[in-house]
Amino acid sequence: MLNLILNNESIGTGLPKGMLLLDFIRYHQHLTGTKTGCNEGDCGACTVLVGEIRNNELQYRSFTSCLTPLGNVQGKHVVTIEGVNMEVLNPVQQAMVDHSATQCGFCTPGFVMSLAGFCLSRKAPVVRNAIAAVDGNICRCTGYKSIERAAVAVTKLLQDRNGTEPLQFAVEQGILPAYFTGIKERLNLLVALNGEHAFENAGEIPVEVRFAAGGTDLYVQQPEEMQLSAIHFLLDQKKDITKQGNRCVLEPAVTVTDLLESAVMRAYFPQMANYVKRVSSTPIRNMATIAGNFINASPIGDFTIFFLALNAMLEFNTGRTLLLSDLYLGYKKLDKSPDEYIRNISFELPGSATLFNFEKVCKRTHLDIASVNTAISITTQEDTITSVLISAGGVAPVPLLLKAVAEYLTGKTVSEKVVLEAIEIAQTEISPMSDTRGSAEYKRLLLGQLIKAHFITLFPWLHLV
Amino acid sequence: MKNIDSHTHVNGQSVYLDDIPLIHGTLFGAAYGSPIAHGIITALELEDALQVPGVVRIFTYKDIPGENQIGGIIPDEPLLAEHHVHFCGMPVAFVVAHTLEAARAAVHKIKMIIDPLPVITDPREAQAKGELIIPPRTFTMGNTTQAWQQCTSVFEGSVDINGQEHLYIETQGAYVVPQEHNALRIHSSTQGPTAVQRTVSKVLGLPMHQLEVVVTRLGGGFGGKEDQANMWAALCALAAWHLKRPVKYALHRMEDMVMTGKRHPYAADFKIGLDASLKIIAYEVTFYQNAGASADLSPAVMARTLFHCTNSYFIPHVKATAYSCRTNLPPNTAFRGFGGPQGMFVIEAAIALAAEKLQLDACSIQKANLIQSGEAFPYGQVVQSEAANCWEKMETLYDTAAMREAVKAFNKSNHQYKKGIAFMPVCFGISFTNTLMNNARALVHVYTDGSVGISTGAIEMGQGVNTKIVQVAARIFSIPTDKIKINPTNTYNIANTSPSAASATADMNGKATLIACTAIAARLKQVAATVFGTTNIIFENEQVLANGESTGWDWKKLVHEAYIQRVSLSEHSHYATPEIHYDINKEKGHPFAYHVFGTAILEVTVDCLRGTYVTDAVKVVHDFGASMNTDIDRGQIEGGIVQGIGWMTMEEVVYDKEGRLRSNALSTYKVPDIYAVPKELLIEALQTRQDNLAIFGSKAVGEPPLMYGIGIWFALRNAISAFSPSANIPFTTPMTPEKVLMALHSKKATGDIHQHAEKASYLGINH
Repeated sequence: MLNLILNNESIGTGLPKGMLLLDFIRYHQHLTGTKTGCNEGDCGACTVLVGEIRNNELQYRSFTSCLTPLGNVQGKHVVTIEGVNMEVLNPVQQAMVDHSATQCGFCTPGFVMSLAGFCLSRKAPVVRNAIAAVDGNICRCTGYKSIERAAVAVTKLLQDRNGTEPLQFAVEQGILPAYFTGIKERLNLLVALNGEHAFENAGEIPVEVRFAAGGTDLYVQQPEEMQLSAIHFLLDQKKDITKQGNRCVLEPAVTVTDLLESAVMRAYFPQMANYVKRVSSTPIRNMATIAGNFINASPIGDFTIFFLALNAMLEFNTGRTLLLSDLYLGYKKLDKSPDEYIRNISFELPGSATLFNFEKVCKRTHLDIASVNTAISITTQEDTITSVLISAGGVAPVPLLLKAVAEYLTGKTVSEKVVLEAIEIAQTEISPMSDTRGSAEYKRLLLGQLIKAHFITLFPWLHLV
Repeated sequence: MKNIDSHTHVNGQSVYLDDIPLIHGTLFGAAYGSPIAHGIITALELEDALQVPGVVRIFTYKDIPGENQIGGIIPDEPLLAEHHVHFCGMPVAFVVAHTLEAARAAVHKIKMIIDPLPVITDPREAQAKGELIIPPRTFTMGNTTQAWQQCTSVFEGSVDINGQEHLYIETQGAYVVPQEHNALRIHSSTQGPTAVQRTVSKVLGLPMHQLEVVVTRLGGGFGGKEDQANMWAALCALAAWHLKRPVKYALHRMEDMVMTGKRHPYAADFKIGLDASLKIIAYEVTFYQNAGASADLSPAVMARTLFHCTNSYFIPHVKATAYSCRTNLPPNTAFRGFGGPQGMFVIEAAIALAAEKLQLDACSIQKANLIQSGEAFPYGQVVQSEAANCWEKMETLYDTAAMREAVKAFNKSNHQYKKGIAFMPVCFGISFTNTLMNNARALVHVYTDGSVGISTGAIEMGQGVNTKIVQVAARIFSIPTDKIKINPTNTYNIANTSPSAASATADMNGKATLIACTAIAARLKQVAATVFGTTNIIFENEQVLANGESTGWDWKKLVHEAYIQRVSLSEHSHYATPEIHYDINKEKGHPFAYHVFGTAILEVTVDCLRGTYVTDAVKVVHDFGASMNTDIDRGQIEGGIVQGIGWMTMEEVVYDKEGRLRSNALSTYKVPDIYAVPKELLIEALQTRQDNLAIFGSKAVGEPPLMYGIGIWFALRNAISAFSPSANIPFTTPMTPEKVLMALHSKKATGDIHQHAEKASYLGINH
């Protein structure tokens, strides 16, 4: 039995945990306001809010229900468009109407939910954040300008919030229905009830059981198989990010959003928000885990590329440790046995002489998969490179560390000539393929350009354009 | 006035096809499409699929009681393939099961053996092999052969324009419910209910009056559901008719993308000649339309390419020929602009090439050739032009001279980032170019309590047509809009409709509503005239005024009195657009009720290191006539522009040589997101008071703004040239970051670039 709160209703269901939340909502609960658009988390028409208690706080995040297995909302509060409806339109809905931000209306409930999620979040009530909240919602009719205007109006709703807790403020202001006030207590009871079914050790897991964390890739690649599989859900594991000595340790269920919000990461990577903005969308970042990004083994996984340049170390549930760069044996082939899953990820935090940069280019700047992505971690002493790691995605069957490039650069003094030479060496290490993300020729050129971009960003005096 | 559906849209209560509550016993369908683009079917093995638990039956062409034919313009498209398959995804069988999951699982178990035949994906190759959907058409004006001598410069070039996926967020679908007396109720996500009705009638051999097609609204159409909704309705109808059970099929996104056609890709060759004063003297163009495997709407789309091949310009000598080329792709179809945008892109490319060679800004050529009132387009229609008015208003309002100077200054002081600017005038003719389709009907009932119900043939798909129809009735009856309800579009109420397309839906259905409301109002006024002894009766704010004075009667009282007097409170009206005619043999006539004009200036910034770009601004002066709903019209313009920008930039339809769609999901086909839109998007109305045939003088607004987006391609081109003046920038669309970066590095340039290009030995390597 799987228990959750759906809008204002406590629900128990015996349906398979691999079933998609979207199908459960629409076809079993007959709540048809949540729409089916793309079935792969790329349009946001199916956006719902998922509330759970973390650090004794009820926290809501937007999820695309088309990639969310029921098992991942066990013990949580799922909010659909029906769950934010009140006697009259709520102020978010009213803002969408006032600014003509709905035309055919099919994407609209998704936008409303994303904006409702913004109202429930601790993000500063500024327009930039309101727009970021709908970065995973595609509208084909409006051209978004009216939605931007609605987002401005929604931001204004929150202007007097100051220190008030967002949920409390939203209820007090009539932005959301009053029943939200009682959810925390109900969830606490539910979690207590579910306790005995919560995550158990992997030792007892039969081999045919599959692992799933956020599910954002598995449910795109194998939607039908996943619904039939016996799944061991990993998303409810620990998700803290801590500094331990000079190392940073990520627990296994850390999501991209957790990474973005981590004080440690923000302190050591001041550009973190800019990097993350270019990786998928808010709901996907809320669901997708860093460990999952590693294990899905995409040659173009953004955080695989990010952490390769940081020489990240993995520890499996079995206690085995492995460098991230040693995980990839071939296209989608991993040095990992079927019963292993990641227990933690760690890397050495960059010192004061170490610079980091992440670059990504795709057809659409945001919410897209890279044509080529790359990260660099470089340590210099008076412009002499003492150590460097450059990773590159989309240019080989696996996410690459450019070893020959690193070898060449180590000991060199940073200069235009050295960078150009490094780019030539990079060409010998890569073997890109032509596909919908670009021709092989383009990817070769682009990687070179992005290596230049690394150096221009980190050493602005270089003349490389 | 806001869209009347706004409230139910934002609270999730609007009903779309997949939201209709299911009738007990409903079965679910899924189509099996050919995995091969071209070949002969030697065996179709259904046994394994039939074994999937829950499967009820699998239909093939053998089960079709009527004609296996769904071609609208030309009967060249089977509902289910018989012996040949002509494109990847062409439906061959239709599985019906107790659950959607079972139907889809069974589709995966179907096996087909095909003897492959050569696959053609390139329209030029098809044309060379004589694979034409219809004979070519040529529009001529003047005499180009002689005119070249008058030109001081002549340029030739080629263009390759890619297609565009509609990406309505609601996929295609249908839900068919058998009724008594062998009738069928067909819920369809269609822009053309009559087309669905006709198609099902043909496939099942049933008379049209047995077929009730019902449409509440669409979650987007953009032309993609004008003709291509027929397939799914016909498949569900076939199964429902055989099984006497309701059958539903709402397509999975990947099925939709693979099986349905898109905006037509075009190849074209052009030749343009100018005189010393920059007047375009002559223009020759040949279009190769990639129609896909069957006609669908391609002949009509091709016609509009020819109609708009000179965009907003007057060119005295024109020869334009178009070939509709049969390839092994899904049949391409209507998409906002309907061939017009492709025609306009080519003339803009010709002008850009001329400007580049003459070392001018293209806008000086564009401006010098804008069509003026009294001049004629190559198809013979003399135009009431607003082209120069829009252009001049734009120049002054947005100080475009200053914008151009600012861009030049920016480019002088920046190396990595370059800006580009382009002007994009637009002229679009309003009416179906097939004259007979320009008619519509409305059925208006006034109930005894004074409330009003209206049925028309218009389909609401977000464009706000129902809101405008409410406004028409409210204005004639002088009653509040909440007393007026628009009913779902239904072929039992309104027959023989034209599809909601060609930007003309509000005009035609609005005018039909106007006629019906006016007739009822006249009868009501007659009742009042008798009571109050004067023919000077008007309605104002729900009140009945006689000789301008209050009568103490309100709308409701008058309606009730009319009812007591047995006066009809209902009217079924018919509107046929006047003045239009066209002689297809001469390729001359007056096909359009009127033209819509406008001009945009577009500015981009390119990151010349990474090849990425942003749209800084799009500023428009648009000819609305006299807009009857500025909320809706503004939304249409903003949405159209962004869709046009998408087509020109990131939206890349990719088929491989075997005719398989590679951009088959939202992860591989990118439409604009909220960060991709212009930072600044300004729209100024050119409110023109000239009489026109639009409803209340409010000109059609659905399609024309899409074409402003074309300007983005030329703005990007100009930015690339600013970085690398010798860059080789072929006229191919879309201008993806890949194309930008490759163009930036397309030639060895001078200075810094030269050095780097030499250093970077991989440049030009072709793997």
